[in-house]
Amino acid sequence: MNPARERLARILDAAGPIIALLVVVAVLRVTVGPDLLGWRNIQNVLTQAVIVATGAVGMTVIIVAGGIDLSCGAVIALCAVLCARVLGTPPELGPDAGPMAAWWAWLAGLPDWTAIPVAVLAGVLVGLLNGSLITGLRQLPFIVTLGMMGAARGAAKWQADERTVTFDAPALTSLMARPRPPMADAAWWAWVQVAPAVWILLGLAVLASLLMQATVLGRQLYAVGSNEAAARLCGIRVPWVKITAYAIGGACFGWAGALSAARLAVGDPTTAVGLELDIIAAVIVGGASLGGGTGTVAGAVVGALLMAWLRNGSLLLGWAPYTQEMLIGGAIVAAVALDRWRRRGRA
Amino acid sequence: MIPRLDLRGLTKRYGATTALAGVDLTVHPGEVHALVGENGAGKSTLIKILAGVVAPDAGTMAIDGRPWAGADPAAARAAGIAVVHQELAIAPDLSVADNICLGRWPAASGWLRRGERDRIAAEALFRLGHDLPLHRRAGNLGPGERQLIEISRALLSAPRILILDEPTSSLTREDAERLLGTIRRLAREGVAVILISHYLEEVLDVADRWTVLRDGAAVARGATTDTDAATLVRHMVGRSVAEAYPRVPHTLGDPVLVLDRIQAAGRPAVSLTLRAGEILGIFGLVGAGRTETLRALFGLDPGGGSARLDGAAAPRRPAAWWRRACGLVSEDRKGEGLWLDRSIADNLTATRLGAYARGGWLSGGRQRTAAAGWIERLGVRCRDPRQPVGALSGGNQQKVAIGRLLHHGCRILLLDEPTRGVDIGAKAEIYRMIGEHAAAGGSTIVVSSYLPEILGLCDTAAALGRGGLSPVRPVAEWTETTLCAAALETAR
Repeated sequence: MNPARERLARILDAAGPIIALLVVVAVLRVTVGPDLLGWRNIQNVLTQAVIVATGAVGMTVIIVAGGIDLSCGAVIALCAVLCARVLGTPPELGPDAGPMAAWWAWLAGLPDWTAIPVAVLAGVLVGLLNGSLITGLRQLPFIVTLGMMGAARGAAKWQADERTVTFDAPALTSLMARPRPPMADAAWWAWVQVAPAVWILLGLAVLASLLMQATVLGRQLYAVGSNEAAARLCGIRVPWVKITAYAIGGACFGWAGALSAARLAVGDPTTAVGLELDIIAAVIVGGASLGGGTGTVAGAVVGALLMAWLRNGSLLLGWAPYTQEMLIGGAIVAAVALDRWRRRGRA
Repeated sequence: MIPRLDLRGLTKRYGATTALAGVDLTVHPGEVHALVGENGAGKSTLIKILAGVVAPDAGTMAIDGRPWAGADPAAARAAGIAVVHQELAIAPDLSVADNICLGRWPAASGWLRRGERDRIAAEALFRLGHDLPLHRRAGNLGPGERQLIEISRALLSAPRILILDEPTSSLTREDAERLLGTIRRLAREGVAVILISHYLEEVLDVADRWTVLRDGAAVARGATTDTDAATLVRHMVGRSVAEAYPRVPHTLGDPVLVLDRIQAAGRPAVSLTLRAGEILGIFGLVGAGRTETLRALFGLDPGGGSARLDGAAAPRRPAAWWRRACGLVSEDRKGEGLWLDRSIADNLTATRLGAYARGGWLSGGRQRTAAAGWIERLGVRCRDPRQPVGALSGGNQQKVAIGRLLHHGCRILLLDEPTRGVDIGAKAEIYRMIGEHAAAGGSTIVVSSYLPEILGLCDTAAALGRGGLSPVRPVAEWTETTLCAAALETAR
């Protein structure tokens, strides 16, 4: 490939997801009408995309390093439950209360501000466990995280005592709500009215992008995903890099769990079932390769937005939910096919 | 003058086989020292010891007069030894600059210093006398440019001993010449260079001194100024071990397979005619494109040219070749030759399972009974046809691989390095199998980098070099020296 074509390919690589997003939005705008780009609807889409996008930021780190995490949906549920436990009221400690009730009482006794740190910490711990099992047992990430998917879902139900955990914490739920008091839709500054979680996502994405592009750890992640044997030969501590990737991913899933609790206003252990596939799809639609070594955080966020907009558009058109599901499935296959076509002839 | 590297009586055994038997090697600063020898002569074991990957069983090593124990890759690096391996270690998705600094990126408290990284990479490339765009994706570069990345990386540690293992085998002629010029210049700057190469003209061109390894021993050494290629070849092949090449009498018949300018991508075109009952040997050095040409012929890789089988157009896909009773045995037994974790019976009968099936239902019993018969015929030493083929020795695995073609009823066998990693006893049995196949009127193409095998087994032979295939002649008209020289000549 000559340098000029390579430069073009690089621009297309970077801009591809954005171009796809613009095409999807343009097509929807024509079919749906002006409602699609009303501020209220844009805010809806952003709020709907934010959990998947937050997870996709973490998943990008893992996929770039040549891994995959199928357990993230279950981890989000587990972290949502733990977050709700901290914010909820302590259970009655009767004389026959078991150690679990005492643990829940201890959690509920923690100050409210620790709810999010607890969720993030839980995510990091599961990530560390995933990474250690993958590198320590030399197992495929697919297998280990498939097992973890079941284990974490079970743990979520166990920690929730097979119920939803209720809490009353406006500070948390306001993260996913539009700021009050409501402001006029037409105002030029209406764009600041998006839910705080969207702004936080923006900050998280910038941070993660810096990590991936401007730090030595970032280079190591790309190097391990691109050619693990070469990375090892050149003295990169491959297991450490992989474990770190899963821990960073876990932190993002923990935060996504807290957002899930904020949106539902309860800790629901059965939430986010199948969300791991949406998250992985967002990363792939955003230009990453499942083989590792390529992909950007910005692309993954755009990928999440694209899928949220597809969902939103078909909702506005009054299509049945199954149509949306088929559309999303088609979008994933199309994105990967496009990626293959773009990459043909590369080593 | 104190030598940069001084090896005395270096010995390494793997089980019963002796890979290195008391090798002495001395390399001075500013010298390019060529290490030559046939495959299996012990070159790679020597490199592994120098790179600190394996420990020698006996012998001493000294760098600049100081004793060095080895057996530690990090210590080898610290001692100033840098190895450029034959298999390239490149992260294709990263940039040229990132690949040169792979694993040793300059940083300030965790933040990558891009400017510094680019400066280091550019400096290493400048020292090589080459210029690569620092921010291009390494995967988009050609093999020559990737080789430069590897050497630049080796230079980052300011090595005092630079070991290059077949650095030009994947390069075009121009790239190879540029690289050799670079090697000379590095030597002038005081680096001691050890060059491993199959290309003798290259060795004579660039090296100051040479050492020939044969069967794990340093059998000859000298200066390149008073040596010619024929002398090197004589030292390389002059073996005393008389090996058994059981010959089964057979006669050559009519042409069955005609290759007309069959060409793998980036390799020379090959034309030849194979007759019934003929064992045709193609000798070639690593990198000449033997495997690639065979794969292109069999339709495994895209390629050009045409072939005629029994007077009709030859197939273009592997499945069609099998239907026309032609089979290929890969040089890569573990990778694509056999299913190592499947049974001997499954491996033997894989291409003709229909014989043991009724209405799509496979009879494992009949499959195993048939396999047991073939195991007997081929002399495969095993417990049971159900045993995984990976549990067998290399020689017995290879018998199963070739046996698959005989079980299929193949008239034409395409064998790529049929005795690689096979002990001498099993080699003779494989030669007998090929001879019996010829006696029954079958034809065989044997691709090999082992000269005695070509001359002992085949009826006719040709040499494949970078420039193309030499004329096919009866083996009686070849000697080891002329065949080896032909492989080098066609490289012009």
